[in-house]
Amino acid sequence: MLVAGIKSRPVYGGLNIDRHAMRHLFALEGEGALAVLDQVKAVGPDFLKHADILYAASGSKDQEHDRKLAALGADTFWLAPTIPVLLNRLNVMLGQAHMGAHIHLAGTEGFIGQAQQVAMNHGVDPASLHTEHRGSTARRVQCVHCKGITDNVTTSPYACSACGLSLLVRDHYSRRLGAFQGVCIDAEEPGSAPKPEELFP
Amino acid sequence: MNITFRNETFRDDYTFRNSPGAIRRFPFPFHEDKYMYSVNMEPHVPAGPDGHAYNKPIDVDEHYLAEMDDRAKVLKEDPLRYQALPHMMAAQWDTLELLMEAQAAGYPGHFTLEKNGDQWRWINRPMGIDQAFTFGDASTLPMEPLEFITRQAQGDFVIVDQRDGQLWCDAGMVTTQADWSLDFDIGMNFHEWHGPVPLAHEIGVFDRALKFLLNLQQGKPVRRLNWTMTINPRLDTSPENYHKWGPDRATVTPENVGDKVHLRCELQSLWRLPRSNAILFVIRCYLIKMEELVTVPKWARRFHRVLRGLPPELVDYKGLTRYRPTTVEWLSKFDDGLPTSPGIYPE
Repeated sequence: MLVAGIKSRPVYGGLNIDRHAMRHLFALEGEGALAVLDQVKAVGPDFLKHADILYAASGSKDQEHDRKLAALGADTFWLAPTIPVLLNRLNVMLGQAHMGAHIHLAGTEGFIGQAQQVAMNHGVDPASLHTEHRGSTARRVQCVHCKGITDNVTTSPYACSACGLSLLVRDHYSRRLGAFQGVCIDAEEPGSAPKPEELFP
Repeated sequence: MNITFRNETFRDDYTFRNSPGAIRRFPFPFHEDKYMYSVNMEPHVPAGPDGHAYNKPIDVDEHYLAEMDDRAKVLKEDPLRYQALPHMMAAQWDTLELLMEAQAAGYPGHFTLEKNGDQWRWINRPMGIDQAFTFGDASTLPMEPLEFITRQAQGDFVIVDQRDGQLWCDAGMVTTQADWSLDFDIGMNFHEWHGPVPLAHEIGVFDRALKFLLNLQQGKPVRRLNWTMTINPRLDTSPENYHKWGPDRATVTPENVGDKVHLRCELQSLWRLPRSNAILFVIRCYLIKMEELVTVPKWARRFHRVLRGLPPELVDYKGLTRYRPTTVEWLSKFDDGLPTSPGIYPE
């Protein structure tokens, strides 16, 4: 059960703007703003004329990335108060999106996972999404026992926010849930859980 | 010949036992005195001595009713053990047909399938089910076709869809699993859902197995054996309930090894389905107590040697760490060092 070195986790290929795409839809969170700012430096600002940008600042509020994004002059820019509110708008926009629109997701892994889920519910093949991991390596984890989801997990083990069990974070990721798997670490000897270790800062 | 079904449990008082005949038919998973992962697939054709688990394509045995009862209990507690993505309906009907036909052909005294065009009648005598329905019309069954038939067939069932040169775990009935979660893995591709298995990726087992399975042909099913160990004859060793059965691993003593420690064998068979082109993956679990296993001297010698020489990664992954030394020590009494004959069958 307590195996180290399991290999399975998403690969984030990085944003790579195709300037010939008809439309770009960006869903960004926290430090994910920097992924777009870097693309402007790399390929120029032309694509912004055909771009919608949704942004939730999350833990990066103090960095004021929203001001820099707003100043880019994209076709539309919208600052969401929270991630769930952003995902809700993303959901509606994907329902109205046209064939050939490129979808870009950047931010923490938990955010990318949730935005991917929204896209998958519209029949979008995850492989066609452009994704870039930025910011904290904190994980979104599902407790395999009670199915409760805990966001921003930075340690293993961690205490499940729903049932309180001490969970090992397995390197096993479900795109459908947008979450890693958490498994009780001291099941065989209750009370023997090791101290949490900061693994995903 | 009709089977006499045992009245037994796989939880609480754990009254599960194998009759002497059931021991002889056990699909012992080691063909030599050591073990490592391999793509050990062979055609799933009738084989083995009379009565062996390999005799029929879908095996029904003395544990049938008790296993179906245990499955119903698991589903009552946790309905997420059965799930099917919406595009899998054709594959569900394919599976229902395959299992009904195989069980009716293999055990005509217990099961009957009558077909008149798309008007079908299924009779399951041991469970007291007599169901008329329209094949292809899910509204004529009390539940989805895959759930209906897999509540009446031993083993876990996963249907994998084939697209983009990959296999996708898109439907399943999983209540007797060795520590994996359908609810977590549903929708994953072949490499993703095997992600946590150590060593096998590195030696290319999954790449080769995938290539092999993508070319699986209709009417030519294949099988392989896999194994692990379980403390107490518990079928539901799910990760969902790990915090409930995990403590059992710390209860093994030299006195209770023979009764508590079980070899858990999975007879996995894979079938190309005719309409959907999906693959049905049957994972049939067989349990045998150490004291039952050692009644076959060849198996006692061999399992002692396999368990003694198991690579540490596999000991860890299979969760044997706590009780392996005690079990090896107990088994050593039954290993006189004599050579063992090749193959899996008893001598």
